[in-house]
Amino acid sequence: MNPISERRVETAAMDALMVRLFDTIDEANMAWVIAADQALRGAFGAALIDLVPSYTTLLVHYDCQQMNHAEALGLINKALSGLEPADTQAGELHDIPVWYDESVGPELPLVAKRAGLSVDELIQQHCNHDYCVFALGFAPGYGFMGLVDEAIATPRLKTPRRKVAAGSVGIADRQTAIYPLLSPGGWNILGRTNVPLFEYAKRGEPLFRPGDKVRFRAISRAEFEADGGDTTPMEERP
Amino acid sequence: MNHVAINKKQNAMVVKQAGPLALIQDAGRFGVGHLGVTQGGAADWISFRWANWLLGNALNSAALEIVMGGGLSFETESEVRLALTGADLDAQLDGKPLAPNTSFKLMPGQCLVFRQPRQGLRAYLAFPGGLNAPEVLGSRACTAREQLGGLHEDGKPLKVGNRLTWKGTASAVRRIAEGQGPQMPASNCRLPIVLGSQIAAFSGRSLFQAFNQPWTVDNRADRMGVRLTGPALHGSLTGIISEGIPLGAVQVPPDGQPIVLMNDRQTIGGYPRLGALTPIACATLAQCLPGTKVWLTPICASQAQRQYRNQLASWD
Repeated sequence: MNPISERRVETAAMDALMVRLFDTIDEANMAWVIAADQALRGAFGAALIDLVPSYTTLLVHYDCQQMNHAEALGLINKALSGLEPADTQAGELHDIPVWYDESVGPELPLVAKRAGLSVDELIQQHCNHDYCVFALGFAPGYGFMGLVDEAIATPRLKTPRRKVAAGSVGIADRQTAIYPLLSPGGWNILGRTNVPLFEYAKRGEPLFRPGDKVRFRAISRAEFEADGGDTTPMEERP
Repeated sequence: MNHVAINKKQNAMVVKQAGPLALIQDAGRFGVGHLGVTQGGAADWISFRWANWLLGNALNSAALEIVMGGGLSFETESEVRLALTGADLDAQLDGKPLAPNTSFKLMPGQCLVFRQPRQGLRAYLAFPGGLNAPEVLGSRACTAREQLGGLHEDGKPLKVGNRLTWKGTASAVRRIAEGQGPQMPASNCRLPIVLGSQIAAFSGRSLFQAFNQPWTVDNRADRMGVRLTGPALHGSLTGIISEGIPLGAVQVPPDGQPIVLMNDRQTIGGYPRLGALTPIACATLAQCLPGTKVWLTPICASQAQRQYRNQLASWD
């Protein structure tokens, strides 16, 4: 059976509909979310104001000067009938160098201790998986990735930091992500990368797209510095 | 990125004193939600459009969104016609009160000051042809959290010494007819909401309370979201898998106090929602001072769209 045949389309706003394809987070969903994204963009064309895909849903914001709610609903159903999953092998694999160090990744000891690992083992564990990009959000170019191994999954900080440095690599529950720019945040920070996610997003060409894979690679301070990385320690402690 | 050449020698309007918050805004960034980039744009888009309309500008031309006033003042190096709409922030030109919702001339040597809110919260100041500012992702809207837009592409509000330049001359000097134009909200105003999203997950009692008593606009309110206080709303969901957030979405975090998500909202989020305010209701809420009582009044999508189209037709 086609796994999205149970899909629902709900009213989200005056001029927005929520396409709900699944009810759980699963990497296997991404092939369908990506396919639906492409189909909906094609179907709405210039009548599409914004399309925001996430783990299990797509929010369709349409131009209500060009069509009404019922017409938009009809267009969605037509676009999604007979949908085939996208080729997930088509997603890119990104190699992301990370300087894992307590000065820029203050939760390294905490996360390691919770998992019963040494810091080195934790780093190895974090690097030992190709993470799937589920959704972009929170900040320009910010990708929600997962799923990290149960063993190192760690809940968010009780009190979020007011300032998390750009490039910070963190974990929250079974998700991992990179902060594209200086922002508040409550994730457990393990290290820092110099990959300019924000600059890509600002050009309208995000480095990560849903369905891409991301592999972290531990580098030394010298390598990080040679790449122009900012070694300024994280200022605030939670 | 489209860098607009800003001629340093061009005559400018200069910020003499900075108030709490004045931002360059246009209609906002669209078609970029999938990048994680927020919409931004004038929070009271109706007053913003009227300001541009008064000068004969394209209605989405970049203008200033001035919050509170708080002593924000300007001087100009050359004569310029400006249009002022939205909140009455006790604006004065050389000590004389300025009539709201009109255009006026600012001459060199004169001082334009915004003092404090008397009615509404956000005033809009439009410039001939629109303000010059670099365009990022199709918009000049200033979003502080994302460090996008504004004079220096860093999302920063206006500060002392900033030089504002504009694109041209006013192509029209228009007047708003009696009874038309932006209305500042009174207490107990209605905020039409299109029901949807996770509304079925809320308890019957909470749904009754949501729509049958007034909510109070909290002082925890900004361009990202406006918190409403009242009886705590509860349902069967405390969190959901993060999904896209439309303008005006009314989300209910575990403390039961709704937050209306505004122009600078995050693009996806994980709290259950009652639905979303209409764009017209968002413009109303953007002018509500903390303490204002508001009512959430359900409306169907088709009626909301009719009202929206009627509003747009007022500028045709």
